[in-house]
Amino acid sequence: MPEPQRPLPQPTDLTRPYWEAAAMGELHLQRCGACGRWQFYPRPFCLACESGELHWQRASGLGKVYTYTVNHRAPNPFMKARLPYVVAIVELDEGPRLMANVLGATSADMAIGRRVQITFEPVADGLALPQCSLLADGAAA
Amino acid sequence: MNPSLSRSVAIVGVAESDLGKVPGKSALELQGQAALLALADAGLKLADVDGVFAHTDDRFSSLQVSEFLGLRPRFVDSTNVGGMSNLLHVQRAMAAIAAGMCEVALITYGSTQLSDGSRKGGAVAADLPHTPRGQFILPYGHLSPIGYYAMVAQLHMHRYGTTPHDLAEVAVAARRWAQLNPKAYRREPTSLDEVMASPLVAEPLRQRDCCLVTDGGGAMVVVSAERARDLRQPPVYVLGAAETHAHHYTPFNTGDWLDTGVAPTAEAAFAMAGVTREDIDVVQIYDHFTIGVIQSLEELGFCKRGEGGAFVADGALAPGGRLPVNTSGGGLSYGHPGMFGMFVAIEAVRQLRGECGERQVPDARLALCHAPGLVFSCNTTLILGV
Ligand SMILES: [Zn+2]
Repeated sequence: MPEPQRPLPQPTDLTRPYWEAAAMGELHLQRCGACGRWQFYPRPFCLACESGELHWQRASGLGKVYTYTVNHRAPNPFMKARLPYVVAIVELDEGPRLMANVLGATSADMAIGRRVQITFEPVADGLALPQCSLLADGAAA
Repeated sequence: MNPSLSRSVAIVGVAESDLGKVPGKSALELQGQAALLALADAGLKLADVDGVFAHTDDRFSSLQVSEFLGLRPRFVDSTNVGGMSNLLHVQRAMAAIAAGMCEVALITYGSTQLSDGSRKGGAVAADLPHTPRGQFILPYGHLSPIGYYAMVAQLHMHRYGTTPHDLAEVAVAARRWAQLNPKAYRREPTSLDEVMASPLVAEPLRQRDCCLVTDGGGAMVVVSAERARDLRQPPVYVLGAAETHAHHYTPFNTGDWLDTGVAPTAEAAFAMAGVTREDIDVVQIYDHFTIGVIQSLEELGFCKRGEGGAFVADGALAPGGRLPVNTSGGGLSYGHPGMFGMFVAIEAVRQLRGECGERQVPDARLALCHAPGLVFSCNTTLILGV
């Protein structure tokens, strides 16, 4: 039986730097040259000050769990094989939030505020998903 | 909306179609059935309709409905912003009537999501892989909408100590109302223990924290206050109406996820209506998930932030409780055909007309309707009165 397909992102010209960096194991985000704010997801302008002066910059890859859920149902056959799995909103130290699975974590491990590190899960040729893993307990912010 | 439009229109006809499991009928046919019933309720004919407001899971809804019913409207609107769309259509009808673009507005909705199995697994159609949602949400197996509400529930519990028992109170209150509503889909008794023992779907939310999945359609007729005077039913006026919009499933840039935009929407609707929360007799909130009701009650101002769990305790929302909420049984027990905004308004109208039988709230004069769209992407509040 063929392995079920995972829904995969299709980069656009605007988002390609994010996905190209992820494929190389780095988290790159847009940063505004005018006001200094970081933003996610990519836009052609700064959401804070409307400047068009955006640059791609490597982020620390560190953050904390803003909120999360543990799925006991999956929206597709690929994720069904991974049940139960954690979906979290990660607040990066730079400010922006993004979604990621907390790889290897169970419900008992999870708590709002736990420190996480962004990791990268290869999902196809030249494509990796930013994911995250919990940092050692006690690092809770 | 401009306060001068307060009381400028009335909802004069409401109806639902067959509800529950309705195999063998299309969503369009259910809309047609509801439309004819709502027009009959108002004492109007198809030939009177000159404005059509519709949405379905399909496209070009207002044109589909117009053709199906043989209408030749001079104004249509198919705006689809998720579950609150029909409440939004009431506002669109107000604006169109005020601008002279139509006189008799027919608002319809229909879905066959149960018979189609189209909601299975929480997937939503038309998820293209290059959209923000396709790139940054879908690869992570996030269930939508429930995953978002689960995350909000998690945050609410973390910050305020809200418990699964509090969530279950909302589901049990809904069922108690449904037991008084002959049209409700689920009417058998239930208990807090039963709700809390149902299977987890997305922690901390369980199956019974979630709305039903049913087929069904609904319709409303909106006319000017002047025209409403000679119709069959006592007019239910729109006193206040407001909407706000922020996201499309990707709330990364939201500040606080417990501040979902309900408050400013409600504030604007109250200001337009010139009434206060204490004046409201009956409340209808789009209850796709139990946490959504607790969250909305707080943001609407019926209790303080963080006190929603305590507010709903001990059957406070149920028949005989301190605030009658979702008196039809709501999406949790009455029915939930795809998107519930239509049914929030239908029940409010029936309560204000005093035609709710066993579940009637005595002397109901003012009702608040609230619904969000696409998780907490947008909000609409309507304040209706007689
Ligand atoms: Zn900027």
